[in-house]
Amino acid sequence: MQSATVDAPRISGRRLRAIAGLTGPAYFWLALTVFLPLSAMFYFSFLSDVPFGKRVAVLTLENYAAFFEKEFYRTLMLRSFRLGAEVTFYCFLFGFPCAYLLAKTIKGRWREALFLLVILPFWSNALVRIFSWTMVLRGNGVLERLVNWIVPDYGPLNLMFTYPAIVVGLVHSYLPYMILTCYISLEAIDDSLIEAARSLGARRLTVLRRLVLPLALPGILAGAILIFVPVVGSFMEPRILGGRQGTFIGTIIEDQFTAVFNWPLGAALSFLMLGFVLLILLVVVPLARRAT
Amino acid sequence: MSRRGTALARAGRVYMAAVLLFLYVPIVVMAVMSFNASKLYRLPVDWSFTWYTALASNDKLISAGLNSVWVAVVTTVIATILGTAASLAFFRYDFRGKRLLQILLFPPIAIPWLIIGTAMLVFFFWIGVGRGLHAMVLGHVALALPYVIVVVTARLRSFDPHLEEAARSLGASSWQATRRVTLPWIAPGMVAAALFAFAVSFDQFVISYFLSSPGVSTLPVEIYTSIRKGFTPEINAASTIVILVSMALLLGVARFYRFGGER
Repeated sequence: MQSATVDAPRISGRRLRAIAGLTGPAYFWLALTVFLPLSAMFYFSFLSDVPFGKRVAVLTLENYAAFFEKEFYRTLMLRSFRLGAEVTFYCFLFGFPCAYLLAKTIKGRWREALFLLVILPFWSNALVRIFSWTMVLRGNGVLERLVNWIVPDYGPLNLMFTYPAIVVGLVHSYLPYMILTCYISLEAIDDSLIEAARSLGARRLTVLRRLVLPLALPGILAGAILIFVPVVGSFMEPRILGGRQGTFIGTIIEDQFTAVFNWPLGAALSFLMLGFVLLILLVVVPLARRAT
Repeated sequence: MSRRGTALARAGRVYMAAVLLFLYVPIVVMAVMSFNASKLYRLPVDWSFTWYTALASNDKLISAGLNSVWVAVVTTVIATILGTAASLAFFRYDFRGKRLLQILLFPPIAIPWLIIGTAMLVFFFWIGVGRGLHAMVLGHVALALPYVIVVVTARLRSFDPHLEEAARSLGASSWQATRRVTLPWIAPGMVAAALFAFAVSFDQFVISYFLSSPGVSTLPVEIYTSIRKGFTPEINAASTIVILVSMALLLGVARFYRFGGER
């Protein structure tokens, strides 16, 4: 980052005060609302009960042990990771070509307008966008009509409260992330590189595989991480679109805090989820780097 | 361009259109259904304002909407001021720990909201802050701060520090130089950052959900509760309004902040 050295020679005490005065409030706020709460929750995950009022809480590992003892939690954790992987894959599959078109073939005002149209939903209300799919996927809904119009007499089609409904809703929610991050890294690729490869006789697919994909990898990975992490921890989307099919680790964690009130267990499950996510990223990201 | 090239270009346009359809069809369907008088969403659409009139007399949704706006406005003011101050420090000074402070901006964005939201619930309960609109403001500012700092910092990059130096050498105090030279220059960035902050807060569901107390909630939380309880089409009307507001906000941001890089 570029930075000015206007005040560099001044007495360090004043400089320090200026820095503390400018950054202090923001970081005090972040400490109070993000870092201290996360630490508190980490502490809670080792307690037998919440330390409120007269309740007696002792340090224990049983919340973590519960995860490894009960197959139920492991199955759900796996299910959440599978959901995360599937949604991330579909977002890449549909989002990358879109980002490529925007960055490399569409120019000028069209590009600006289309780009805005793609990221407009990205900033609009996630809950409402998920809700809007219930209008489309429900029996006797728009999708059923469309399918019956294309294939006459297809019959009823109700996707609500199914696994595919959750995937469709999540892909819809997160697709703009992938398009955005891929677009940023694709735009940075010099067009003359691609032209040079083409004029030297490389086929389109070869250019894509050997040149474009490796150079766009940082964007793809950034998008994948931005999608995978929140999808693994999603609970609202499975609840609305999945109904009884929508039990994932995220919904179980939510239950611990809003219905069952077993906060220590919820905290332990949260940190296990976070730990597994980190582990996967630590394995997958270097592998992807090496593969291209 | 070769014949194959034009065919590919055409396929590209069709593909682009398909992606946009996928992104917008559900929203359009929802908006259309909010004007459909049929409670069972029967087609063809029986156009009417029934659900908007019903919404206007639904006190719960109205007060939730007012709460949403209040929380978003307070969040915007606090986050914009605190974030701009931090950006100025990052721009003006090189100091030890600067990298660390910048890295610390990622957790609020990168950790799933489910975990941050539940952690806030636990901690606020523990220290006696409790739940409610004040707790939501605390949480929303934390989520909005990283965006504000990124946007304002981006704008500061195009600012020439010598301008401040010149103002100082002409006798302006540090504060005067900031107020009369630096702030006017970064004003568009601050407006974009403020709109971002408003959008982050206005659209926030997960954090608000965990921090809402019975009877005190924001519009997204109220919409979620209604969906879970078996919704009425009024929710369509409320949702349509919410999505229009957030899209209008982003279009506002786009006016002040160029997306896509090139200037």
